[in-house]
Amino acid sequence: MSSFSSTELELPAPTGMPWDPDRIRRDFPMLRRQVRGKPLVYLDNAATALKPQQVIDSIVEYYTSYSANVARGVHSTSQEATDRYETVRGKVAAFLNVDVGEIVFTAGTTASLNLVAASHGGAVLRAGDEVLVSELEHHSNLVPWQLAAQKAGATVRAIPMLDSGDLDLAWLERELTARTKIVAVCHASNVLGTLIPVAEVCRLAHRAGAAVVVDGAQAVPHLPVDVRALNCDFYAFSAHKLFGPTGLGVLFGREALLADMAPWQGGGGMISSVEIERSTYAPSPARFESGTPPVAEVFGLGGVLDYLTTWDRVAALEHESDLAHYAIDQLRAVPGVRVFGESAHRVGVVAFTLEGVHPHDVGTALDAGGVAVRAGHHCAQPLMRRLGVTATVRASFAPYNTRQEVDALVEGVHRARAVFGQ
Amino acid sequence: MSELDELYQTLILEHNKSPRNFRASAGATGHAEGRNPLCGDTFEVWVTVDHDVVTDVSFQGQGCAISKASASMMTTAIKGKTVAEAEALFERFHQVVTGRAPITEVDKKEARRALGCLSAFSGVSAFPIRVKCATLAWHALMKAVEDGRQSPSQK
Repeated sequence: MSSFSSTELELPAPTGMPWDPDRIRRDFPMLRRQVRGKPLVYLDNAATALKPQQVIDSIVEYYTSYSANVARGVHSTSQEATDRYETVRGKVAAFLNVDVGEIVFTAGTTASLNLVAASHGGAVLRAGDEVLVSELEHHSNLVPWQLAAQKAGATVRAIPMLDSGDLDLAWLERELTARTKIVAVCHASNVLGTLIPVAEVCRLAHRAGAAVVVDGAQAVPHLPVDVRALNCDFYAFSAHKLFGPTGLGVLFGREALLADMAPWQGGGGMISSVEIERSTYAPSPARFESGTPPVAEVFGLGGVLDYLTTWDRVAALEHESDLAHYAIDQLRAVPGVRVFGESAHRVGVVAFTLEGVHPHDVGTALDAGGVAVRAGHHCAQPLMRRLGVTATVRASFAPYNTRQEVDALVEGVHRARAVFGQ
Repeated sequence: MSELDELYQTLILEHNKSPRNFRASAGATGHAEGRNPLCGDTFEVWVTVDHDVVTDVSFQGQGCAISKASASMMTTAIKGKTVAEAEALFERFHQVVTGRAPITEVDKKEARRALGCLSAFSGVSAFPIRVKCATLAWHALMKAVEDGRQSPSQK
């Protein structure tokens, strides 16, 4: 794991600017919490990130001053709420470097991917077609494709992972055919932290005429993402992993594709006109936002995007990279620890096991010291099988984490060894 | 004793390392699988019931120290008991690991007597997320008993 400067991944060059996690930590009230009498060491950021006060304030601002439904009322507060809601859509579009009409608000990454699988997948997949899904996928970018494929009589196949944790691009290039209608990959693995070269995947897939669907949930919190440069067709992420509120996701869809897609869920707000027998639908993105959307959460996401402008995100990325390097080195020095994934291109997610001790028991030993990690299969059972394990421990970092917190993690692993007499 | 030592008592660690009745059982009257979808841990439980008495019980599979030790100690605790006694023991065990009982010192003494070595799992109540680990094999056992009731002729 050497650098984030790979041009093939279109990552920004390091700025060499210092990053002060202690200054950032003051923004996150959860970091003042104690767990089991010890300061919380939060290393479960890939599950959900902590929220800065600024985001909490923007949610409170909605309930305090703008509590009204959006896109419905003729009254002033509804109009004000709608204006702010749509302003956030514009901020999200700028954040991903796409057009505002290409941003759909959903309930989360899972909902975004289900929408694409059901609506785009449902329209393009025919019997005998193929969906290629990477072996590293979270279940949310796999199961929706199984559902869509089963309906159409199409097949889901895995793009294999190399032992390094990188995607086997040679396999992909070889196996892409006219039958391939969709290639679904994560931008960063939620287990290994591996970064997938999405631009290259898109180049190969587009040559074969397939659309590329990217689960960006684990990438967006770590690095600046230019979706236009990646040139993918769909890109999904969740607000809550980006220091924002739960219950809100984003789906980018290429304008020409969204325009042709059938609605996923029917209801209010997504129609043009309704009769008893049939309806006509609103243009996208409204067509995909039936029912009252998570308005307060969208306000919260607006707060996140404003807040992130105060960060040097490249310096934050370098800081996380340093933490991950440090954690991998320290963990590998513990007898019996196996760290997974050798890729040089990865974000601050580190999966490991301790010989002779089940990951859940390691997780509990860490929890007893106030250290929060994830232990389990990480909703990536095919990847667990590929790695030859049923579960791992996963530490995942955010820019507010420190080297001292990595030390607490390693100390906890030593404690687990002691308890289990390894 | 720290919460961690309270959870991983010597008896639990010992059963985790050398689980008892860790085998399949060809002549069992009932069989079931217990799976924790949260972590992927899976145990199979075999039970032989003769005239309402559990004459044999065994298990196989993989899981954490809590689930494995719990399965192992369950097999030693219920062998020779009637099905009703095993159900009552599970109910008591469940109360202890969830921390719903015992409340008073008198209750605690009574529970220790009823549970025997199973009271080693009282530390689980400080880690609510681990309750499912401690009860995984027990739930499978109840399903295995039910399985035996429903298709006795095929066993």
